[in-house]
Amino acid sequence: MANIDVSVETDDKPAPPPKHPNTCPSCHSHYRDDELEQALWVCAQCGHHFVMRSRPRIAWLADEGSFVEEAADLHSEDPLGFFDLRPYAERLAEAEMSTGLADAMVIGQATIDGRGCELAVMDFAFMGGSMGSVVGEKLSRACDSAAERGVPLISITSSGGARMQEGILALMQLPKTVAAVEDLRDAGQAMISVMAHPTTGGVLASFATLGDVLLAEPGALMAFAGPRVVQGVTMEKLPDDFGLAEQNYRFGNLDAIVPRPELRPTLSRLLRLFDAPI
Amino acid sequence: MPPSEHELRLRERLSRLRNMPLLGGARLSGELDRLQRQLDRMGEDATDEEIWRSVELARHEQRPYTLDYVERLLDDWFELHGDRGRADDGAMVAGLGSLDGRTVALVGQQKGRDIHERAERRFGMPNPEGYEKAMRVMQLADRHGFPVISLVDTPGAYPGVHAEQHGQGGTIAASQAVMARLTVPTVACVIGEGGSGGAIAIALADRVLMQENAIYSVISPEGCAMILWRDAGEAKKAAAAFKPDAAHCLELGVIDGIVAEPPGGAHTDPDAAARLLGEALREALDELAETPGDELRRRRRAKFRSLGVFA
Repeated sequence: MANIDVSVETDDKPAPPPKHPNTCPSCHSHYRDDELEQALWVCAQCGHHFVMRSRPRIAWLADEGSFVEEAADLHSEDPLGFFDLRPYAERLAEAEMSTGLADAMVIGQATIDGRGCELAVMDFAFMGGSMGSVVGEKLSRACDSAAERGVPLISITSSGGARMQEGILALMQLPKTVAAVEDLRDAGQAMISVMAHPTTGGVLASFATLGDVLLAEPGALMAFAGPRVVQGVTMEKLPDDFGLAEQNYRFGNLDAIVPRPELRPTLSRLLRLFDAPI
Repeated sequence: MPPSEHELRLRERLSRLRNMPLLGGARLSGELDRLQRQLDRMGEDATDEEIWRSVELARHEQRPYTLDYVERLLDDWFELHGDRGRADDGAMVAGLGSLDGRTVALVGQQKGRDIHERAERRFGMPNPEGYEKAMRVMQLADRHGFPVISLVDTPGAYPGVHAEQHGQGGTIAASQAVMARLTVPTVACVIGEGGSGGAIAIALADRVLMQENAIYSVISPEGCAMILWRDAGEAKKAAAAFKPDAAHCLELGVIDGIVAEPPGGAHTDPDAAARLLGEALREALDELAETPGDELRRRRRAKFRSLGVFA
């Protein structure tokens, strides 16, 4: 019997590179890095949405100069002294070096088209966007910051789930973030959740699905248990769009699928509708 | 034998609590008693072997399941069925019963005894419909002021095509949100496997207990071994690394207390196990009984919002 988890695979060995390094995994067309960046990391040929890092996403979404980062200095500790093939502390240091981030989420105050909001943006490049104590604490503080300032919270998730190197404390970030969102709700503020590829496991099963409005990017995997696990347990042939945003939309689990270039105007419109302060 | 690090930390917490000015009185002294008892019970830190023994006992096929405890602890048990829309999920049971003359609502995952029942109850792995049923009954309890007891025993939420289509992740989040909103006393106890999101969905409670040989974890030992060691056979190593046993969960502040089991494990004497569980549940409910509902809710959220270790 398979056991199900909300944790994330943080791989030591990346998948073998495609023949040409700049090949779209969806349509196999080639791209130039500068062109892809210009197109917000969306394939010009087929519209495939590549993973977008947190810093450029915030720079693009927030009005110029409006973003004030909060809790930037929070760092994970290693409560279990976790050691698999390598120590967790080493994996953390390496992720910090390679991403320039302290952990897998960046939070802060911002305006979009002049309206105030709180942003909580995840970064898949930091250990698969896994949620440990720091991500939980940051989301929790983002809820408080939004409540105190009377602005909506916009969360943008990209995560494989809970960070198993933090053991049971990683699982506790689910109820922690849920409780924080419920406090935000009682403070009368809205939460808009944008699920980017992938939003799976413990992040899907906590704050990401508790938004007043649920959005996803095209093709984003939004599954509690990934296709491999489901296939392994059920031995069923999976539908082609299993777990993807499109299937979730069809089954009523989402309000809208928003292509990345339309995300900023969409959020701007929602901030107007929720009467976010100017 | 020198005291273990765990014991030292517990002692440190105890001395901190003793020196704290008494604010609410009752709650703090309750905490003191509990810690002292845990300390007395605990000789030393669990070894890797003991951790693995817990994993085996937590999954023992003769281990009492939710309905075994219901039968021994509650009078007038009336099971409530269905999510009022799609299905009645046998992996989750819910109902009303009387604990010492006080009506309580109980929810919990239910594994099966024989092969037929196991398949029918999906080995205690609920579908979204199961969590919907639990939410419905917890909200019913809230309306009528019944305390909620939840017994956690699941390898995890069911990973099926249908489950994903019907929003397994969102339903688990919603169930936690319902629990974060209740204004009645809530006590959860992990009685076997506390597997990941499927467990926490019904464990956002005022008091979270674990039986001595239960496990509570973010991922199964096999799943962790598969991912980090690329070999499910390394499950023992994985369990030693992420420490799903009750002593470690208590040390990390994830649970509030450990419920003793009969020597050899709950399966050796289900009646005794039920008695011990019943005592722990009563004690927890008594402690919570006088606290106003909005205060319970505030403290519950504050407790979970404080969990985590960072610098």
